[in-house]
Amino acid sequence: MSPRAKFLLGAGVVVLTVGFLMAEGIKDTGVYFLTPSELAARVAGDSTMYDVGIRIGGNVANGSIDRHVASLTLKFEVTDGAVSYPVVYVGIVPDTFTEDVEVVVEGRLTRDGTIRATNVLAKCGSRYEAVPEGSQAST
Amino acid sequence: MTILGQIALGLGLLLATWGAVVGTIGGIRGRPELIDSARRAVFALFAVIGVAALSLLVALLTRDFNVEYVWSYTSRQLPTVYTISAFWAGQAGSLLFWTLILTGFAAAAMWLTSSRYERLMPYVGAVTCAVALFFIAAMLFSANPFDRLPFTPADGNGLNPQLQNPGMAIHPPMLYLGYVSITIPFAFAVAALMSRQMDAGWVHAIRKWTLLSWVFLSVGITLGMWWAYVELGWGGYWAWDPVENASFLPWLTMTAFLHSVMIQEKRGMLKKWNIVLVMLSFLLSIFGTFITRSGVISSVHSFTQSNLGYFFLVFLVVACVFLAWLLWSRLPGLESEGHLESMVSREASFLFNNLLLVGMAFVILWGTLFPIISELIQGVQVTVGPPFFNRVTTPIGLGLLALTGIGPLIAWRKASTSNLRRQFTVPVGVALVVATILIVLQFREFYAGVAWILAAFVTVAILQEFWRGVGARHRLHGESYALALARLFGRNRRRYGGYVVHLGIVAYFVGFTGMAFRTDLQVALAPGETATLASPFGYEYTFTHMGISRFKALNRYVTAATVDVRRDGKRVAVIRSEKRQHFSCRVAVSPCPQGSESASFQPSTEAGIHSDYREDIYVVFAGIAEDTEEAIYRFTLNPLVWWVWFGGGVLLVGGVIVMWPGGGPSRRAPRRTIAGYAAKLVDEREKVTA
Repeated sequence: MSPRAKFLLGAGVVVLTVGFLMAEGIKDTGVYFLTPSELAARVAGDSTMYDVGIRIGGNVANGSIDRHVASLTLKFEVTDGAVSYPVVYVGIVPDTFTEDVEVVVEGRLTRDGTIRATNVLAKCGSRYEAVPEGSQAST
Repeated sequence: MTILGQIALGLGLLLATWGAVVGTIGGIRGRPELIDSARRAVFALFAVIGVAALSLLVALLTRDFNVEYVWSYTSRQLPTVYTISAFWAGQAGSLLFWTLILTGFAAAAMWLTSSRYERLMPYVGAVTCAVALFFIAAMLFSANPFDRLPFTPADGNGLNPQLQNPGMAIHPPMLYLGYVSITIPFAFAVAALMSRQMDAGWVHAIRKWTLLSWVFLSVGITLGMWWAYVELGWGGYWAWDPVENASFLPWLTMTAFLHSVMIQEKRGMLKKWNIVLVMLSFLLSIFGTFITRSGVISSVHSFTQSNLGYFFLVFLVVACVFLAWLLWSRLPGLESEGHLESMVSREASFLFNNLLLVGMAFVILWGTLFPIISELIQGVQVTVGPPFFNRVTTPIGLGLLALTGIGPLIAWRKASTSNLRRQFTVPVGVALVVATILIVLQFREFYAGVAWILAAFVTVAILQEFWRGVGARHRLHGESYALALARLFGRNRRRYGGYVVHLGIVAYFVGFTGMAFRTDLQVALAPGETATLASPFGYEYTFTHMGISRFKALNRYVTAATVDVRRDGKRVAVIRSEKRQHFSCRVAVSPCPQGSESASFQPSTEAGIHSDYREDIYVVFAGIAEDTEEAIYRFTLNPLVWWVWFGGGVLLVGGVIVMWPGGGPSRRAPRRTIAGYAAKLVDEREKVTA
């Protein structure tokens, strides 16, 4: 066998291994990224959606935040305007987490319709677009 | 001042167009007056962009809040250093910053490149002008830093508190320098194809540029990790966020290029592959900017969504089509001169290194784009997170670490059995000793164990190289060991500086393994109460909450919680973690008088960190239980993190050694040949005696 053929053989093995790792990795760790409405639609037709890893993107519903500081427990509702889900999270949330902010909730949907979050990411969408105070008055 | 900036940008648009068109025509027709004109257009472009940058800087420093950009990112209370760093904190300013660096590098390339490559230069000018043209157009038509508000607010919006950090002040410029400087090697690659000068000339011309951009990228990424670690408060430094991945992708392809280009220089192989790698690096750097700015993939880093994304998408598509055509039409001139002679050769090890690096880039690109890919195929977004990336990239990374040790030891063309025995006996022996120790200790973390074994192998392999080099000089020239080491670096900076870079990479890997052992604890403590945490090194840490203090500093209110930390009963540190509420001022006075502050931004957390080479003690003060002095803490022990930053420092030193001016192949060629010959003689002699 020529060195070139040997190299191609070795390269083939490497590529197949990496491809296998990728496929397995996506199968085992890939999770649906859904809005609350999409989640509701899926759950209605497919009971396997319970208790599997999901990511939900939406906004924190106004007035829904309930913190219990001593036990580090946080309850809130994630909504896309049409459908909302209650979320329970134990742990420290990022500084940017407040009412109405855009969040990504990672966790699973339990049978009682609550999302048990393992991670809450918050994004401050208004940061770069804030309207200056008084701009309404002067224009 | 913004009028001046506007005019400068407009002039820049014209100059860049001129440079791109005239440079191309001049190159094709070989008309000296056109080539000269394009060359001067590059210098003029740098000058006008410099004027634009200066006028933005003046607007920032004079706090001209009528300028939207200045209003958006600064305030009266903002310290001067962060007022300057606000230049690249926002969309429009960072585009201008990018253009400034690009035109600066382009001018430097025109100025510094030896006249030997004059056939390439018109195209180099044209390519850099074309890229600059794109950025200037993006500014003028989508994100203009000189836009004004219809009225003048009393105070600015202020800079996001998370960006008020020394790491954030220097991390983006470093990363931009790295991203942007890839344009220069890319321009030379395109120039080589356009001018059909496809010998090794362009490769020699860009040697230092490639290394420069690689070092900037490495340092920029590392500083970004450091910033995330000290500022974001989640206790890690790499989250596989799309924006982080975007910066890592061109780094991987550039690393591949740095290695494969040596094969082209030595053996005349891989000509097409090298050109593809440079093109890929450039496209990935633009792609990275596109991801950051378009909001196409959700990321915590993203700038606001805007139509700017379309500019980048169009640019990427046009560039891809053009480059594919260019490469296709020039393929016949890129035939390989040599071929692979053996699987046991340095060429083969470099080929595998390239395969793994590009494979890793592919994996990361795929994982990053997977939400989009899955939406196209399945109609639903599926995301993959850190578990996916860690799982796939860890084995690849370990493979690369092994090759870091193997590559430099193995001979070109075909390694003889005696070469292998001479080079590998000691490093493999040491690695086996480490492996035995780990097995005896019943060490459980498989990947971390493998990483340590390989780290020992690579370190010993490199030290052996130094030892032999110094020993040879000591015997041949009678130099003292210290002098011999210094001369060794001086005579072959590329080789020995490269080894230092490799040592830095080993340190990174050692640091990465620490993440497998991190432990943390979330707890609410009243003053005087204590929590304990066992470290993987076998220590027991006790944390005692000492109380909460509140004060006003500069542009923020601070609530600070302090803990006393003891290791096995002995005090190691008193660590303070802060909650900061930044404010802006309702009146135009600095410092802000009592009662005129209004809160801006959400509160931010400042983690308290005590670092040493064994483990970091990472304290986050997460809040206070209502109306008490009880604090909520997260304590984390992060083993070996220190080694990541140390590795960054070593890598930088190694990079500087390789790039140190002088000693280039052109000027000192004869002397270097003699020195090289002498070293080879010594090498041969040793082989005979061995």
